[in-house]
Order: sequence, then structure tokens, then C-alpha cells
Amino acid sequence: MSALLEARGLRLAFGGVRAADGIDLEVLRGEFLAIIGPNGAGKTTFINMTTGYLRPHSGSIAYEGRTITGLSPRTIVRRGIARSFQLPQLFTEHTVMENAALAIAAREGMWSPLVPLLRPHWREEAMALLERFGLAALAEARADALNEGARKLADIAMAVALRPRLLLMDEPTSGVAASEKMGIVETLVRVLRDAQVTAVFVEHDMDVVERFADRVAVWSQGRIVALGPPAQVLVDPAVQREVIGIERHA
Amino acid sequence: MLVAAWAAPWLKFVLTIALAKGIAALGILLLLRAGQVSFGHALYVGLGAYTVAFLAPAMPELLLLLPLAALAAAALGLVVGLFVARYREIFFGMLNLALSMVFWSVLEKFYAITKGTDGIRVEVPRVAGAALQGETYEWTVFGIALALAFGFAAFARAYLASPMGQALAGIKTRETRLEFMGIGARRVLLAAYVLSALMAGCAGALIAMTTRHVTPLLAYWTASGELVFIAILGGAGGVLGPFLGAVTYELVRIYAAAIIADAWQAILGAVLLLVILFAPGGLWGMIAGLFRRRAAPATRGTMP
Repeated sequence: MSALLEARGLRLAFGGVRAADGIDLEVLRGEFLAIIGPNGAGKTTFINMTTGYLRPHSGSIAYEGRTITGLSPRTIVRRGIARSFQLPQLFTEHTVMENAALAIAAREGMWSPLVPLLRPHWREEAMALLERFGLAALAEARADALNEGARKLADIAMAVALRPRLLLMDEPTSGVAASEKMGIVETLVRVLRDAQVTAVFVEHDMDVVERFADRVAVWSQGRIVALGPPAQVLVDPAVQREVIGIERHA
Repeated sequence: MLVAAWAAPWLKFVLTIALAKGIAALGILLLLRAGQVSFGHALYVGLGAYTVAFLAPAMPELLLLLPLAALAAAALGLVVGLFVARYREIFFGMLNLALSMVFWSVLEKFYAITKGTDGIRVEVPRVAGAALQGETYEWTVFGIALALAFGFAAFARAYLASPMGQALAGIKTRETRLEFMGIGARRVLLAAYVLSALMAGCAGALIAMTTRHVTPLLAYWTASGELVFIAILGGAGGVLGPFLGAVTYELVRIYAAAIIADAWQAILGAVLLLVILFAPGGLWGMIAGLFRRRAAPATRGTMP
């Protein structure tokens, strides 16, 4: 497998806090890479730098061999990198269907002032997308009326609607009821495998990581302290003490 | 509206002005969808009106003056919009206000060109080459205003349902998400802004052709406030709201001024207060609510 994304020597500090202190990471084509680590380790910062929301002080990020460091979020998403959010970023006054359709419009071209957003073929595509995510029954519900699990899924569905080749998910299962969690992850994995999307996801639940990640990267104080298959990394005593121990108590 | 204008000829003048202001307030409504309030759109009304006043002597043709005024306003809207579309909320509102006041003082101070507060008289232009007089001219302008109001309302309705209009509402709730989907939020707002300037320019031209006298007061900040007032009074929920608001506004203003000459603003203020407190959807929201309530029992009746 070749690298889809290549980060080299990323550094970024907020005041005295080193959120990225020399991050080197390759994301391989087609893999599911989990990022774990205690709060404040710089996991979200990595996503923010990769998607153009934050600019690293030094270092570079290349996607499909071309550098994307310092490009705007808008340009980066057009290259094929989409993201979802720890706190779902939905258009709260729109329905779930309209949220999905807006993402389709973003991909297909939205500068048509007289054709409705909910034109038949976009409506169909949005519905098919929502069905894959198990959200079809909520299509006409307003986004701010959903429970946390559905909000998370809708948020990810919008990112998937953009047809990215790389999807970065910030804690896709946080805030979701324990009973719903595995179902949501299974849905996600199925959809993403079908769409042949490479995925990087920040995750706190080790069961999820163990079951679904091809590789796991362990973050601590702005550095990657371990990287490899879950079966190998998660049993490392140092990782267990430093990261998982903290997770279990949190 | 046609019947009212026919029954009471003096109303024709008031209604033409109301339609013009409704068109301008419709532009304000587009920006309100994005959660942005402009306190400076009288700038474009003023520009449209003065375009007519300046060009009328050389080109006394209504069917040319009107689109030229609208285009001039849209062009200025594009230039100003490139700047103000970067700002949100209070900054957006205040920047618009500031720029409109700059324009107002230009109109007022450059007496040699603009005749200052004396204003400029607008001669009756021809309509499609025909020289119209008195009543016929007034009816024609009224008809054109009505047609434009319908046209713009229909356009705005389609626009708001389109991806561009829906993204406008997205600016209000989740602007960053738009960027992370690859949509330029500034461009979305800019498009609506230019459209709103075009509508305001059109309104200004209609006002100039109706009152046949333009003064800097058209571009004064109170005139901008008036447009926001009308948009909120009528309700931002539907494209007919601004027109309902404009007609109500003009009528309340006239009757209030007739009853208590010095306190008509107080009456208008009280009306707006009542609307905000008891009908936050504006007059249009109130009426739409009544229709829904009346429709609800009917649907229940048809159920098996």
C-alpha cells in the first residue's frame, strides 16, 4: 500500500503548549487508521492542520504527492480530503435531507440560482446516502431535533457526500450512547469500505479501535509515541500505562 | 392592490412608493436569511434614484433608465460587497451604514453637481417612446412597479429554494461547515448582496420616477433603517412579507401623521414593538399562521 497522505515534521504550539511537536505520519491508501491518546495530546490539531483550519509553524503535509500545507479548507476539500467533527456541524435550521443535499450541491456545483436544492436527482442521491447511514426515517426531521448518535452519523454522511478519498473523523463515537456505539461504527465501516475511502479517526474507545482499525497511532504531548497494528500497539506496556490507563479512568 | 389604487387615486402614489420600498426590503430579506442586517441599503436606493435624475435629461426613456439604475446599483454593490461580505453581524451592519453615510454626504456637500439638499427635479420620462401625461403616466409607473414586485418576488422565492439560497441560511447556522464542504461562504453572501443592491437600485429608480424629485434624504441612514423596519414588520419568512410590510408601513405612516402630526414615529415604533413581541414572524407569519390553523381542521375532517 502506498501513502495517500504524508506528514513530515509538523510543529505547532499554542502559547507554551506544543500541540504538534514533530509529527511524521504516513496514511496508507485504503487503510483505517485510528488515532488515540489523552486529551490535549494534539489529535484534533493534526486533523485541523491536515484540513487547512490550522497552519503548522513548520513541516509539510503532502496529499497524493502534492503539498497541501497552508491551503484553505475549501481548496483542500476540493482535492479530496473531507472531515467530520467532534461536535457535529449541521445546518440546524435545515432538515437532514437538506443538509445532505447541500453537501451534494457543494460537490456538484451550487451556483444555480433558480433550480431548487431538492431537485429530483439530488433528492434521490441524498435519500440513498441517508439510507446507507440508517437515517432515512429522519430525512424530514430538522437537524437540531436529532439525538447525538444520529447527529454524528448525519455529520459524517455530509462528509461522505463530498466523495472524498480521505476522510478524517474526529471522535465519531463520542457522546453516543454505549448501546448505539458498535452499530454506528459498523455502519460507518461498511459505508466507507463500499466507497473505498481511506479513513483516519480519533477514538477513545479501545474496543472500537481493536475491532475496526488497521493501524493505530498513539499520540502524546504532540508526538506519535507508537504506531502499528492494534494487536501489537495496544498491548505495549508503555502505551497501556500512558494512554489507555488514562482513557479507562476518564 | 389594483382595486385600492383605482378606488382612491391618491393611494396610487402611496402604493407605488410602497411597492418600490417592498422591492428594496426584499433584498434586505435575502441578507436576513444569512443572519446579516444591512443598515446601509439606502445607499443603493439613493444611487438608483440619482442615476435616474442625472441621466433623465439626456435619455428620457423609462425603459432604459430603470435597468441602468438597477445595473449601476448592482455594480456598486459588487464593489462594496467584495469588502463587506468579509464581515458579519454588527460589523457588516455598521460598515454598510458607514458607506451609505459617505454617499449621503457626497450628495449633500457637492452642491455644484448634486444640488445638495435642494435635490434634483426629475422630468417625466417617455415610456417606450410614448410621451405620457398625468394619470396615464402614474398608472404606467404603478403597473411597472407592480410587475417588478411580482417578478422579483418570484425570483427571490426560487433563489431562496436554490442551493445558493439554502447556503445563505447555512451562513447563519454553520458558516465553517460551508467552507469545509468547499463552498465559499463569502461568495454566497456576495451574490445575495449584489442582488439586494440591484433590487434597491430598482426601488430608487421607481421612487425617483414617482416622486419626480430626488434628495440626499433617500440615502440617509433613517431610510436604511426604514427598509429593515419594513422587512421585519412584514416578516422574513416569505417573499410577500416585505410588500405587506411596505404597504402597512406607508399607510400607518400616513394615518398616524394625520392623527398626531408630531408623534407618527411613536406610533410606528409601537406597531413594530407589537409585531416583534406578539408576531415574531411578522405580518406575513401571522397570516400564514391563520391559514395553517384554518387548514388544519379541514385535513382532520378528511381523515377516515
